[in-house]
Amino acid sequence: MDLNLIWFILIAVLLTGYAILDGFDLGVGAIHLFTKTDDERRIFINSIGPVWDGNEVWLVTAGGALFAAFPEVYATVFSGFYTAFMLLLFVLIFRAVSIEFRSKQPMKWWRNMWDVLFSFASIFIAFLMGVALGNIATGIPLTPEKEFYGSFLSLVNPFTVLVGITTVALFMMHGSIYVVMKTEGELHDKIRGWVNNTIIFFVICYVTTTMATLIYIPHMVEPFKQNPVLFVVALLNMLAIANIPREIYHERDFYAFLSSCAAIVALISLFAIGIFPNMVISNPELQNSLTIYNAASSKQTLNTMLIIAIIGIPFVLAYTISIYWIFRGKVKINETSY
Amino acid sequence: MMDTEFLARLQFAFTIGFHYIYPPLSIGLGVILVIMEAMYVKTKNKKYEEMTKFWVKVFALTFAIGVATGIVMEFEFGTNWASYSRFVGDVFGSALAAEGIFAFFLESGFLAILVFGWDKVSYKVHFFGTIMVALGAMFSAVWIVVANSWMQTPTGYHIVDYGNYSRAEITDFWAMVFNPSTFERLSHTLSGAWLAGAFLVISVSAYYLLKNKHLDFAKTSLKIGISVALFASLFQLFTGHQSADKVAAIQPAKLAAYEAHFDSSAVADMYLFGWVDEENKKVDFGIKIPTMLSFLVHFDPSKPVTGLNAFPEDERPPVNIIFQSYHIMVAIGMTLILISLISIYLWKKNKLFENKLWLKILVASVLLPQIANQLGWLSAEVGRQPWIVYGLLKTSDGLSKNVTSDQIIFSLVLFTIIYLLLFVLFIFLLDNKIKHGPVHPEEIHSEYDRQKEILA
Repeated sequence: MDLNLIWFILIAVLLTGYAILDGFDLGVGAIHLFTKTDDERRIFINSIGPVWDGNEVWLVTAGGALFAAFPEVYATVFSGFYTAFMLLLFVLIFRAVSIEFRSKQPMKWWRNMWDVLFSFASIFIAFLMGVALGNIATGIPLTPEKEFYGSFLSLVNPFTVLVGITTVALFMMHGSIYVVMKTEGELHDKIRGWVNNTIIFFVICYVTTTMATLIYIPHMVEPFKQNPVLFVVALLNMLAIANIPREIYHERDFYAFLSSCAAIVALISLFAIGIFPNMVISNPELQNSLTIYNAASSKQTLNTMLIIAIIGIPFVLAYTISIYWIFRGKVKINETSY
Repeated sequence: MMDTEFLARLQFAFTIGFHYIYPPLSIGLGVILVIMEAMYVKTKNKKYEEMTKFWVKVFALTFAIGVATGIVMEFEFGTNWASYSRFVGDVFGSALAAEGIFAFFLESGFLAILVFGWDKVSYKVHFFGTIMVALGAMFSAVWIVVANSWMQTPTGYHIVDYGNYSRAEITDFWAMVFNPSTFERLSHTLSGAWLAGAFLVISVSAYYLLKNKHLDFAKTSLKIGISVALFASLFQLFTGHQSADKVAAIQPAKLAAYEAHFDSSAVADMYLFGWVDEENKKVDFGIKIPTMLSFLVHFDPSKPVTGLNAFPEDERPPVNIIFQSYHIMVAIGMTLILISLISIYLWKKNKLFENKLWLKILVASVLLPQIANQLGWLSAEVGRQPWIVYGLLKTSDGLSKNVTSDQIIFSLVLFTIIYLLLFVLFIFLLDNKIKHGPVHPEEIHSEYDRQKEILA
């Protein structure tokens, strides 16, 4: 296996880690307003309280790895999606601030205000990320110098919006399963009832996106035609999703969450296979696309970075596992929680 | 329409300046935490446990904001400086990614043990965690300063031409890491960070003494803070001199701007302060030590020093802003040594804890290292201009080609709003923690209270 492919996979792994981890806390935010009482909302926020910022570490590392391994992709995408990414940064920090501020005053209007801002911020972050992915799938206009020459508004079209909504739906499903896992009693039973609704919402979005991709984005389908065995990934994806209501029915919340994680892994794999070997597809001038070869750093650097990654990854995993181990179990609220 | 280069630099300066309030505090507090907990491990005195617990909370706060504002920095290389990123990604990106993987995870991983692990691990494991967090904080400084030093004194690379573009690629990873200015700049940055942490501890302790609260805690904290401050401020003088020497040797244009030295054929003086008249190439209202710069650079007061006129007009950095920030930084550095020495003297005379006036000065002193750190970076970075990578790439060639000034104005407005909010939050939470104060471990009875303590 060549270094460029390894790094393509590593970046995908980092982004998958990010989607699984930050995905559920964004999802918890996205369904936050559906529950009405202050106590329940506090349980929602406290279920993600100790972990959400650690989850964002994955985004930082993915960004750094992209910069080092595929500087052309990093430069093209970040400058091309300038306004979208600036909004993303703004909303990311804003969301953190609203989590902190919410609990500082007891007034109803104060808490409601930060609740609404927190929830909309979570939805908006998921949506923006989906729109960005959608644009990578459709391709963006690039000059021969690999510079994006479209406008901010050209990034927003029915297909990319659809991918954005699908991402929100995915995280809502993922987040509601997480809440089921972290709660007990009445609230637990209530959110259990929501999970099926979020699954239905997600499946509708997912099927629509798949149909739209089949019809309008043929290049995403091409790798699956050439290697029919890859269809297994799509099949595993469906099985993982179908398994969620089953596990929920049998009250195996943790397995339901794992299924949801598996669905995310499969979805990102489908996406990665679809664009491979491109990383940013140029549309309409296909020859200007950034591939894992023409966008990469030198072999020597990829090699050095791989050594660094191999040394670092055990730390990353140890960190993630230990913090989730410390905070295992159901959420308990006391006076000093958020 | 304002020009994109100005706006992009303004945005970077604003966001990095805001970001750089926090990492030095984490690095400095990290060292102090290790000292406090080592005392606890050695003496088993609950006082030190209480101190460690209090400062861990402050550490966690500075760390969290450092992370949030750090994400912005990482994005900005790509969003605003895409041409730069394409040119240096192979080199600079590697150092940045190494920071993410090594330092960031080490720091945040063990931080969980530090904050939440008091009852879950033994005190020895906890102490180990504290050392790892302090190291992690320093490692991130290592990699960032490596990356930045490479921009000042690039080595270990070659330029590869790909026809329609060319870029820098690593030839020797370790030569890149240990480039000629890495060591001096890193030690100078770290001692600045230790000062930031030490003076925060000093300031809060002096505040408690003034308010007549937590006296035992405050006295011991103050002593530790002052000891670290004395060491760090003297070390800072040494590393500052080393850095200036390195700058003289490899970035002569920057040194010439530091001291507003225009004429290469002349011996160079050193100013204590002054105002640079860039047009007439002279310093007004200045007090100088004649031939001092020549002496410091060459150990010979009669030898001339490279001046700004040795460089083409378009390769000279702006002089007055660098002159001022450099001189204020040096003046603050000297002041910090003075404050540390006087404090030690008062301590030895047993007058430190009663002298209200001096305690008030100590409360305010927390701002000095912060200002000096900001100005130090300003001199270093503006002194590199007009280069983004010294001698290789001009700042004006590093911009994102497709980003317009309207877009940057939009993002500048966004950052101004959100950083204002964030700063209010920081001050509010810091104030909360200080008002809340340390808690005696014996006073915590129930698991519930312990939880409460952890989260306060």
